[in-house]
Amino acid sequence: MEIKILGTGCARCKSLEKITRKAVEELNLDANVVKVEDIQRIMEYAVMRTPALVIDEKVVLSGQVPKVVKIKDLLTQNMQTYENI
Amino acid sequence: MSRVKNKIIIILLLIPVWIIVYKYMQEMADFIIFRVFQMTPGKHLTETIRFFIYEVPKVMMLLVLIIFIVGVIRTYFSPEKTRKALEGKPLFVGNVLASVLGILTPFCSCSAIPLFLGFVEAGIPLGVTFSFLIAAPMINEVALVLLIGLFGWKVALIYVLTGLSIAIMAGFILEKLNLKRYVADWVYETHAKQTLEQDNSLTFNQRISSGGVVVREIVGKIWIYILIGIAVGAGAHGFVPDEYLAGALGSQNWYSVPLAILVGIPLYSNAAGIIPIVSVLIEKGVTLGTALAFMMSVIGLSLPEIIILKKVLKWQLIGVFIGVVAIGIVIVGVIFNYVLNF
Repeated sequence: MEIKILGTGCARCKSLEKITRKAVEELNLDANVVKVEDIQRIMEYAVMRTPALVIDEKVVLSGQVPKVVKIKDLLTQNMQTYENI
Repeated sequence: MSRVKNKIIIILLLIPVWIIVYKYMQEMADFIIFRVFQMTPGKHLTETIRFFIYEVPKVMMLLVLIIFIVGVIRTYFSPEKTRKALEGKPLFVGNVLASVLGILTPFCSCSAIPLFLGFVEAGIPLGVTFSFLIAAPMINEVALVLLIGLFGWKVALIYVLTGLSIAIMAGFILEKLNLKRYVADWVYETHAKQTLEQDNSLTFNQRISSGGVVVREIVGKIWIYILIGIAVGAGAHGFVPDEYLAGALGSQNWYSVPLAILVGIPLYSNAAGIIPIVSVLIEKGVTLGTALAFMMSVIGLSLPEIIILKKVLKWQLIGVFIGVVAIGIVIVGVIFNYVLNF
């Protein structure tokens, strides 16, 4: 599983990264969490609000810093589709 | 489900309580000052503490109410929808629409770059994009709250209308100046690989909770600035003689408005910290036009935002951008000082 946090380095981006890492840890996922700070690469995902969360190249969240539970939900939802493929 | 229903009932019950407390705020503050603490009316320290004890809860209550309402309204808007609404609009109409949507669209200056790029990619004219980027930070709910709380709704309305006019006109002029070549070259080479489908269908209950989240987020971030701002304001209210500033920043001096703007640009403060101070400036003899100009340049033209925009704009364009907006603010300030004579 490839997880990307898109954000130019603002405070909210950092907290999304922290929350996501926590969710990954709590779910015991075999996932790679990467922070993408380069604006041109961020724009490839067509997000207009940072921070954004990308799971396996799909934008699942933008402009929000939700609670850990929500991230866990998103991770498990997208994990299932991933494994079916 | 019953928990969700309770949420709405609680809010409905809170509204009358809110109104009653708000209405009797001055009486309560006076009761604490004169009965509980037994302070002597008219003394510097008494007036300072009285100002503080009255203004802090008043502003906080307004803040919670208005941020909540704006937070709920904003769930109906998003930068993606705004972009769609602006696509293919003729120039002046586009500027007007962009400025109005700038107030309503949830926006954080840290997202200024992705938003700018997203607009450019959709083919929205530069000037229309600028209208959005001027209106969004300048006219915000925190500024609105403080203006209503400290000056009354008339001044708040004037601020919104003049702010909108500046955003519309500055964006229009910037487009007419044809400055596309001063946008950083890579901007036009950036292309999205995918389109983002957005699911914005929220239930009303979700919108209500989203309003609550926004209140916690914003109030949690700015309460300290408000306290400091009101404390400084209260100190000046009690100790600085009235009309103290009338000489340097009163309406008699032609340079008072430009001076206020020059001082305002490098000062970075959010509306929360600056408006309580501005309210005291007015009390001490600064005219409304000068104070409005100062406020607009602090909130609307801030150095951090300019630094963020530097990533996508060449310095010539930044210069013209600041120049056009500053001239707009000067015009507003001068009109208020001389023509309307507030």
